[in-house]
Amino acid sequence: MRVLGIETSCDETGLALYDSEHGLLSHALFSQIELHADYGGVVPELASRDHLRKLLPLIRQVMAEAKTSADEIDAIAYTAGPGLIGALMVGASVGSALAYGWGIPALGVHHMEGHLLAPMLEDEPPAFPFIALLVSGGHTQLVQVQGIGEYQLLGESLDDAAGEAFDKAAKMLDLDYPGGPHIAKLAERGRPGRFTFPRPMVDRPGLDFSFSGLKTYTLNTVAEHAQADGLPDDQTCADIAHAFQEAVVSTLAIKCRRALEQTGQKTLIIAGGVSANTRLREELETSLAKIGARVFYARHEFCTDNGAMIAYAGCQRLLAGQSDSTAVTVRARWPLDELPPLSLRD
Amino acid sequence: MPRILALDTSSDACSVALMDGERTLSRFELAAKSHTRRLLPMVDEVLAEAGWSLANLDALAFGRGPGSFTGLRIGLGVIQGLAFARDLPVVGVSTLDAMALGYYEAHPVFAQEGRPVLVALDARMQEVYWALLSWTGEPDWLRRLEAEAVSPPSEVAAQPGVQRLGSAFVAIGPGWHYPELATLTPEHRDLEVYPDALHMLPLAKRALANGEAVPAEQAQPVYLRDKISWKKRQRIRS
Repeated sequence: MRVLGIETSCDETGLALYDSEHGLLSHALFSQIELHADYGGVVPELASRDHLRKLLPLIRQVMAEAKTSADEIDAIAYTAGPGLIGALMVGASVGSALAYGWGIPALGVHHMEGHLLAPMLEDEPPAFPFIALLVSGGHTQLVQVQGIGEYQLLGESLDDAAGEAFDKAAKMLDLDYPGGPHIAKLAERGRPGRFTFPRPMVDRPGLDFSFSGLKTYTLNTVAEHAQADGLPDDQTCADIAHAFQEAVVSTLAIKCRRALEQTGQKTLIIAGGVSANTRLREELETSLAKIGARVFYARHEFCTDNGAMIAYAGCQRLLAGQSDSTAVTVRARWPLDELPPLSLRD
Repeated sequence: MPRILALDTSSDACSVALMDGERTLSRFELAAKSHTRRLLPMVDEVLAEAGWSLANLDALAFGRGPGSFTGLRIGLGVIQGLAFARDLPVVGVSTLDAMALGYYEAHPVFAQEGRPVLVALDARMQEVYWALLSWTGEPDWLRRLEAEAVSPPSEVAAQPGVQRLGSAFVAIGPGWHYPELATLTPEHRDLEVYPDALHMLPLAKRALANGEAVPAEQAQPVYLRDKISWKKRQRIRS
């Protein structure tokens, strides 16, 4: 089965063609980062307008790159949520109408299920069951995964998502949006040990997260060392970035290890934008090796939003016979554990 | 005669219409917040009623704005998907023009008497999308006396072209709820007028004949409000 995947839940227009026999055939992404950078975050109206300009040219591009004609496409998978409602509607409208026009099935895919399954696109995919850390600008969740659609939430952030904390810390340090890669780059020059930031909620049992206290701590540290223009000197900024990143990384790693120990699982997958963070990957490799567990993640370009993960996730469900009617529904909020299992056993 | 399917989701209404020579088939529903759920099923219903598939069509038309930003994108998103799938040309029709045409067809007396209509949609943020149009009949249907624009209602009321009319015009559209427009004295006032795909068909046919159709990729909404005052961030250094 050959599936066209469409992702428009936030500020990236992602398209891909995935084939259940031949794997990923092509993928293309238009990132709106530059469009939103001046505003310090995503402006939903601008994002939606841009998706509508970019979608068809990108569909044409992935079809040309995969040398795939319309009659070779068997189904369309589009992101139906969670995300920015106006942005979701663009991909869902184009995707469902295209499927109707081609006379093929369409399926609305859960964005976080897409992320969760993205490591399956790699040469050495993880095997079920596993624990998943979904960590992005909108989510920080630990999920127990028995199979596709069999998800149990173990813990989540009670306030800011980890990616959101990176964005906010970046803004405090006068860095660009999105904050993750900029903090990581600045942190390379930071001196370990100059600052030690708190690791929120690690002393408490359970698998929930909280990043708002860390955000306040960062803000106070910046203010304490600020010069006349309101910003600390260059080296101090790097030291703060380092301390901030270490605090987030070690908090995430501690909870991941705890989740594996509590459930007796030996496999962790990390997915979502923050899973691209090199320090997080290093820390998890080291920390999990100590308990004989392994961590899997997607290649960098499939950690952030992309069409390939939507095509893949959609393909698995379409193969199991699932599809949606032409009465399209998109959802800004959509708990992952509301998804049906892959095979409906009733 | 070209076979055209038109749809519109620019307001709380959702409508689909199809033209086959003299025959028209249409659907119209007030479907606030459920456009994505209703639009494609309505397209399917109208095609089924005509005994057609998309393959029988010559062109697609859509309400290209002004109107609700999200609504415009749902309509154009569906149009882009359908047009791309079947390689059909696309025609964008002004929602304000369609409202005026629909009103004249329902009230031919105003067309006969040469009364202009001032169409106003609520653009929110204390502004209206508006245009002043008059009836010409076929082939062009309408003439624009004041081009479509987005303005505060007080500016619309103060337009010399509008003031000059005195009471010799008709006010239509939900934008007329603004109290600032109460200084105007139209001969007749009707706020319950919505854009309807049915009234886009003649305008689309005309545009198609004029060579105004474009490929799916080039079809875009007309938002009118393009400069939105999102606050740019203040940078400290660099």
